[in-house]
Amino acid sequence: MEIIGFIIDNLHIIGARTIEHISIVFLAVGIAIATAVPIGIAITQSKSTADTILYLASMMITVPSIALFGLMIPLLSPIGHGIGYVPAVVAVILYSQLPIIRNTYTAITNVDPALREAAKGMGMSTWQRLRQVEIPLAIPVIMAGVRTAVVMNIGVTAIAAYIGAGGLGTFISRGISQSDPRQLVTGALAVSLLAIAADLFLALVQRLLTSRGIQGEVTP
Amino acid sequence: MIRLENLTKHYGPAHDPLIAVDNVSLDLPTGEICVLLGPSGCGKTTTMKMINRLIQPTGGKVFINGKDTSTVDPIELRRSIGYVIQQIGLFPNKTIEENICVVPDLLGWDRRKSRDRAKELLELVGLQPDLFLKRYPKELSGGQQQRVGVLRALAADPPVMLMDEPFGAIDPINREVIQEEFLKMQREIRKTIIFVSHDLDEAVKMADKIAIFRSGKLEQYAAPDDLLARPANSFIEDFLGSDRALKRLRLVSVGDAMETDFITVLETDSVEHARARIRSSRSAAAFVLDAEGAPRSVLSEQVAEACSGTVGDHAEPVKSTVPITGDLRQAVSVMFAHDMPLLPCIDEAGRLAGVMSYRSIVHHLGHGGKA
Repeated sequence: MEIIGFIIDNLHIIGARTIEHISIVFLAVGIAIATAVPIGIAITQSKSTADTILYLASMMITVPSIALFGLMIPLLSPIGHGIGYVPAVVAVILYSQLPIIRNTYTAITNVDPALREAAKGMGMSTWQRLRQVEIPLAIPVIMAGVRTAVVMNIGVTAIAAYIGAGGLGTFISRGISQSDPRQLVTGALAVSLLAIAADLFLALVQRLLTSRGIQGEVTP
Repeated sequence: MIRLENLTKHYGPAHDPLIAVDNVSLDLPTGEICVLLGPSGCGKTTTMKMINRLIQPTGGKVFINGKDTSTVDPIELRRSIGYVIQQIGLFPNKTIEENICVVPDLLGWDRRKSRDRAKELLELVGLQPDLFLKRYPKELSGGQQQRVGVLRALAADPPVMLMDEPFGAIDPINREVIQEEFLKMQREIRKTIIFVSHDLDEAVKMADKIAIFRSGKLEQYAAPDDLLARPANSFIEDFLGSDRALKRLRLVSVGDAMETDFITVLETDSVEHARARIRSSRSAAAFVLDAEGAPRSVLSEQVAEACSGTVGDHAEPVKSTVPITGDLRQAVSVMFAHDMPLLPCIDEAGRLAGVMSYRSIVHHLGHGGKA
């Protein structure tokens, strides 16, 4: 009861924190899409490059977020952003690389070779083939990677409250330091709900982006 | 016209190459279908893919309508050649209309013109445009998809088509139907077609010329009937099978093999008269025609020798006939089914035009067909 009361009293702050949270995750994942999708496509050309890049991206994801934030303080301090919004965005960009690169790579390499051959044999250039056939067919799997990245990084961003990035993690960190279960639970609840809502929203986007001709097929 | 000149493809190191295609030369006149035939790994598909440069030749040249294709940009070249693959390869993310319009769109056709073309093509194979244009490939049956695959290759009206086992993925019953349909279409559109197949029956049915490959070499290049009548070596003989004479039946039309010196008599004629006429000819029977000239009954030699009276008393009704436009396979089938050693052949108007006997079939096949 106490918690519900707290939530009702602080709705506008929760709203503001949610927007901060969303802005970090969506800006960072947006940038990550712009880098990871081209990388995922580029590495389909060479198996060994693909292995190296995927290995590096996997390593990236094993670094604990709190350690990554710590690491970024000396690295980003020279440009005046050792803590706060910028390192949070950078961390999310880095963490998003693996799911998006890997899914893009898998989706493009899994395009039926017969389709590639048909496209080539009919006189499509490499770019036309990507744009008209391979990317449209890969969209569901790429989007699945984006969804993984978003959900995962909503969690990572909660921890970024410790480096002053704001967001819903603020409730959690304060809840812990002030031994205040109301803030703690509110923060945790809000982060979870945000993750679920973002995933549902992206599922809708995925459907809108996927051609009706390939809808309803299983995606890895 | 397509001309291959010493076309060669090597894989692997230059000093010890794997020879996939070895000095293949052939000429295919405009409007004909050439089937590249052979066991798998014989180089037939590689040869075909060197024509649209999906595979870069190691040596030799390909000419299309006199033009050396190595002087043309490969992407331009491929847009000017229709291409049908075995797996059909319709793009699942595009509608049927978009699939058919791929090449016209690549060529920058006016949108309206290309969409009209898609409609026209669907009508050509009996798929209702209103129903199918906006559907996706997964909403079509295999046979329908295959038809669309062929239409897509025809969309920009290329003079030359390459077809890589195009009907291989379809069940045997539908395959026959689609083959017939395609041949009918080809009689109108007269494309120059290179067609890869490993199915001899399909080759015999579709081809104007058959090119038989073995280990990268062109073993024989001939019209189907020639090939079946005169295989160049023992490999080809084995490949064609011991029933190759039967395969030829389909290639010979009834009109070409029938005997035209048949005898007709009237019902009111005496059997003695008919017997005398049969004896003085090479025929084994005499036919009675109706007022329109259609065969009505037949008096066989045995009956004529044994009986007397009028023809009308002894002649037996004609059980079946075969049109002269049919093929020998059809004729033989009717002869077996009705136990008719003499089969009347009728023209479009139903008039008796000739007679088919076992002797005339054997005679025709024995003499190497039309040659």
